[in-house]
Amino acid sequence: MSDRSELIITGKPFAFDAERDAEFERLVKRYPIRESMILPALWLTQEQEGWISAEAMAYIADRIGTYASKVYEAATFYTMFNLEPKGQYHICVCRTLSCWLREKQEIVDYLAKEIGIRPGEISEDGRFSLEEVECLGHCGTAPVVQLNGEFHEEMDVDKMKALLATLK
Amino acid sequence: MEVKILSEKFDIENAHLLEVAKKHGAYSTLDKLFAMEPAAVTEEVKKSGLRGRGGAGFPAGVKWGFLPKDTGKPTYLAVNSDESEPATFKDRYILVRDPHMLLEGIIICCWAIGCNDVYIYIRGEYTTQVKVLQQAIDEAYAAGYLGDKVAGQDFRVDVTVHRGAGAYVCGEETALLESIEGKKGQPRSKPPFPAVEGLYSSPTIINNVQTIASLPFILTNGHEAYTAYGTEKSPGTHLFGISGHVEKPGMYELPLGLPLMEVIDKVAGGVWKGRKLKGVIPGGSSTPVLTVEEAKTVTLDYESMAAHKTMFGSGGIVVLDETVDCVKLVENLINFYHHESCGQCTPCREGLGWMKKITKKLLAGQGTLADVDLLRELCDNIEMKTVCVLSAACTMPVRSYLDKFRHEFEAYAIDNVSADAKLQGN
Ligand SMILES: Cc1cc2nc3c(=O)[nH]c(=O)nc-3n(C[C@H](O)[C@H](O)[C@H](O)COP(=O)(O)O)c2cc1C
Ligand code: SF4
Ligand code: FES
Repeated sequence: MSDRSELIITGKPFAFDAERDAEFERLVKRYPIRESMILPALWLTQEQEGWISAEAMAYIADRIGTYASKVYEAATFYTMFNLEPKGQYHICVCRTLSCWLREKQEIVDYLAKEIGIRPGEISEDGRFSLEEVECLGHCGTAPVVQLNGEFHEEMDVDKMKALLATLK
Repeated sequence: MEVKILSEKFDIENAHLLEVAKKHGAYSTLDKLFAMEPAAVTEEVKKSGLRGRGGAGFPAGVKWGFLPKDTGKPTYLAVNSDESEPATFKDRYILVRDPHMLLEGIIICCWAIGCNDVYIYIRGEYTTQVKVLQQAIDEAYAAGYLGDKVAGQDFRVDVTVHRGAGAYVCGEETALLESIEGKKGQPRSKPPFPAVEGLYSSPTIINNVQTIASLPFILTNGHEAYTAYGTEKSPGTHLFGISGHVEKPGMYELPLGLPLMEVIDKVAGGVWKGRKLKGVIPGGSSTPVLTVEEAKTVTLDYESMAAHKTMFGSGGIVVLDETVDCVKLVENLINFYHHESCGQCTPCREGLGWMKKITKKLLAGQGTLADVDLLRELCDNIEMKTVCVLSAACTMPVRSYLDKFRHEFEAYAIDNVSADAKLQGN
């Protein structure tokens, strides 16, 4: 468990855009209770904004017809829900068993040196954020990195360098 | 040694597309299925000896038999695609390379258990995988394999993908149900078991992706074709994931019952860099480690693993070479399970945290022999005193390292040399 209790209040209202709105309405019919939409709605919000604000949680609760505390409970429990904006390029390095055995630390050290941020941090210009995450289910092609959700397998420092070079 | 039962279409280009999958036999079993009584389908699965491939190895047909009859409530099927146990990476091949095999399996299961509403729970990190799966579902709906009239029959099957968001514990079946209900993933106390009272308080079957994906082969070819592979008590094939220190890590479909060392040497290319073997984790990070001696006699089936006091688990084999520091490995494991504890049981939430602190202390060169004993004692005191077995998934392997490689833990305590200093050769 990790501390994820801080919410950010933006002072701006939130609403789904037309595409997310339609997806919400499609999905809500799939469940016998509306609370089942809490996770899907949090995903829709994150797809739209990149992260989830206090206002967005209130909007979701309102939309579903449930307590804001229930949305808050889910948003803070599940670590993939971003409770703050991440970098333009969000890099996740797997730190678990098989990736650790195949020397993931070299990649983390390289990124720390190259971008100047450690796991859990966002670079000052907001371009990069780095996170160490648990097993990503690609252990046979370890070590594994996810860049903005996209998998990069059998990584090493050279490949990481090449990947960074493709980013503007 | 490799066989192609489940992985038959894995190497075919674009087999995730309906048109290609159909050319290679997808959905061809449905005519046979709908001509059978549901009970006969369950019977066939029972005879095949198919065991749950999510880790616990419970016979699938027997589990279906636990569903109560005439409750007046709907029956749900939840397909477990959380795939988060470290070293497990098999189900995603099915999702991406042959999703229609999974959907056909779902239809077979639904017919057998009388279910119309299916949720596939997929881990949030599987971004590309969820796209391919959803595309396959959309295609299956458009072609009439899903929806109100499956293949023209008066039988409805609706499949909804529900995405998790980074919680390993949601692979535990009741945490998974909580998560579909919109709650945080905290496992429920059992009983009642999900078959009786599961999703939305209704009878629910939870099966792993690979379990369900094995059904089309069994139904098409009959149970004898399935039991022709594997051993008498562990029939069939399994998608094994081999990772860690081998030359050719990867996913391989093998019949059950093969000698572990032969698989490591002949299939996975042997220990990498010409190094010596130190040990093998046989079935995902939560299974007790095997020493070299034990690895030489074990075979890849449920019975042999149990006889070697470990578990078949999820078929995720991790090879450890001679350079591995078992204390550091244990630290990596405890960090994982502590991070993933849902927090509702004190022995798990606090106990794993305590184990983490002791291991850290040892690695810093500040531990004592009493700390090593304490770590061992904690394993016994945490296990089986919690709502779910996540805590045991940590203590079982940790205990095995303490018992089989105790001298490594003691060395940190006696010499009081930190891991950092060790690295610098002091
Ligand atoms: C902490 C924990 C995590 C689990 N993770 C998974 C998982 O990721 N995938 C899975 O299929 N089963 C997982 N299981 C096992 C499930 O609880 C359940 O036994 C399984 O999905 C049943 O399907 P099967 O009978 O087809 O194996 C996990 C169990 C525990 C205790
Ligand atoms: S054992 Fe751990 S993960 Fe399982 S219910 Fe208890 S606190 Fe949660
Ligand atoms: S251990 Fe890194 S992907 Fe599994």
